[in-house]
Amino acid sequence: MIVAQQKPVEDIAQMIADCKKVLFVGCAGCVTVCLAGGEKETEVLASAMRIKRNLENNPLEATTFTCTRQCDPEYIVPLDNLVKDVDAIVSLACGVGVQYLAERFKDKWVVPALDTKFIGGSVTHGNWEEKCGLCGDCILHRTGGICPIIRCSKSILNGPCGGSQYGKCEVSKDVDCAWQLIYDRMKALGKLDKLMEFQPPKDWSKSRDGGPRKAIREDVMID
Amino acid sequence: MKNLSKLQQILDSGQFAVTAEIGPPKHSSAEGIRHHAEMMRDYVDATNITDNQTAIVRLSSIAAGVHVLNCGIEPIVQMTCRDRNRIAMQSDLMGAYSLGMRNVLCLSGDHQKFGNHPTSKNVYDIDSMQLIYYLRRMRDEKLFFSGEEIKEHEPRFFIGAVANPFADPFEFRVDRLEKKVEAGAQFIQTQCIFDMERFERFMEMVRERGIDERVHILAGVTPMKSWRAAKYIQNNVSGMIVPDELVERLKNAEDPKREGVDICIEQIKYIKENVRGVHGVHVMAIAWEEVVPEIVERSGLYPRPKVG
Ligand code: SF4
Ligand code: SF4
Repeated sequence: MIVAQQKPVEDIAQMIADCKKVLFVGCAGCVTVCLAGGEKETEVLASAMRIKRNLENNPLEATTFTCTRQCDPEYIVPLDNLVKDVDAIVSLACGVGVQYLAERFKDKWVVPALDTKFIGGSVTHGNWEEKCGLCGDCILHRTGGICPIIRCSKSILNGPCGGSQYGKCEVSKDVDCAWQLIYDRMKALGKLDKLMEFQPPKDWSKSRDGGPRKAIREDVMID
Repeated sequence: MKNLSKLQQILDSGQFAVTAEIGPPKHSSAEGIRHHAEMMRDYVDATNITDNQTAIVRLSSIAAGVHVLNCGIEPIVQMTCRDRNRIAMQSDLMGAYSLGMRNVLCLSGDHQKFGNHPTSKNVYDIDSMQLIYYLRRMRDEKLFFSGEEIKEHEPRFFIGAVANPFADPFEFRVDRLEKKVEAGAQFIQTQCIFDMERFERFMEMVRERGIDERVHILAGVTPMKSWRAAKYIQNNVSGMIVPDELVERLKNAEDPKREGVDICIEQIKYIKENVRGVHGVHVMAIAWEEVVPEIVERSGLYPRPKVG
């Protein structure tokens, strides 16, 4: 899932400092799972803003709504009636949600309440970790199911680098060296010889080459 | 002969090579570089010019290489994968070659987190293995990294790489070295050796596979100024092993700087006489370039051979 984190309350307050009426829009997708922008967080944020503005003698009318998903046009249609007289919309979705709202409500000031961080999963409750860099050309079959693009601090495909020690990455004792993990796993699988194969450079045109990527499935298209 | 680097000629002729290191300054004057180059000129065969070492912005490796070259020393341009994508690398290296540089050392580079621009974007478009492979192909097959033909004047570098016998996983270190040699590395400089026992084990594995016959290995040594410096490396620099005895020896010394130099000389002599498969030493006197001539001379490596 996409992991996001709420921006500091102060920063969000700044973005809507000159607004009187604001709609806070949560998302029931990924950001609910990572406890950053679901229904509960949306209510909490809206009320925090109300209290803050009351204390500043500058009351804020804050309403809320939580979409099933902000990254699907059909789920933001119900907002049409809710946004009419607001000065701003605060989105508690990932960056996709914010952009979908901005696109649909062209005359509205739409701001992000979250920082969209990465795609990953939970390690323990309240602890998420990045696992994939969305490179568009997965090579996990060559690296024992451990992604060096994102989990190695230098994205080395022919690792490990000279900074790997005691299983940890040179950047921090809290970061596992991805290549130590890859080595251990390939060894356990009896496939160490695979690591001797030269891995060619990544084809970044399938990843971040400067334009948005698209995925088309004609079989499920309606028209 | 013009294309062959002096370093390559010395190594290929079976002579024990000596390289050192010059770290460019954090400003744009070449005075210090020239001073160090002149001082080292007669004592080393070539000198590495570090490339924004520890991710700290410094005068460019290639520009510094020109100054060194003008002082009559052969530079070994360092190229890290951290800061440039494959387009910039090829362009810079062709530029370096046009300026007379003949040796290149390919490294992944220290992570930018440790430098003076920790918020910068790391590039790591290609890794050091890939850099070695494509530079070799550039020279031998006249192809850009993309596979497009280089019509004329392809850069013909003597290609170097690094090996760290002290990083983990230990058993994979020799594999990775072999992989670098397969990719095209012609000479290898090792990380600073403090733990001789581990280095010898490493070299034993290297010899078992005959890798020392396919590549020139230069053993990295570093004179230490104080026990604090040793302790610091022991605790804070990943990928380095400093034995306690070494720290103790420096601690108990009357003149630690002397002791540091003595230890370094002992190491060089030991390696040269006892560790088969090593073809030279690489003296990394980090911010202590002045001491290099003494180390070379007292190690019995002076005068240096003349070539070309
Ligand atoms: S190789 Fe690419 S797609 Fe596969 S996990 Fe890594 S970044 Fe994601
Ligand atoms: S220590 Fe391991 S994870 Fe860290 S940069 Fe080096 S190879 Fe990658």
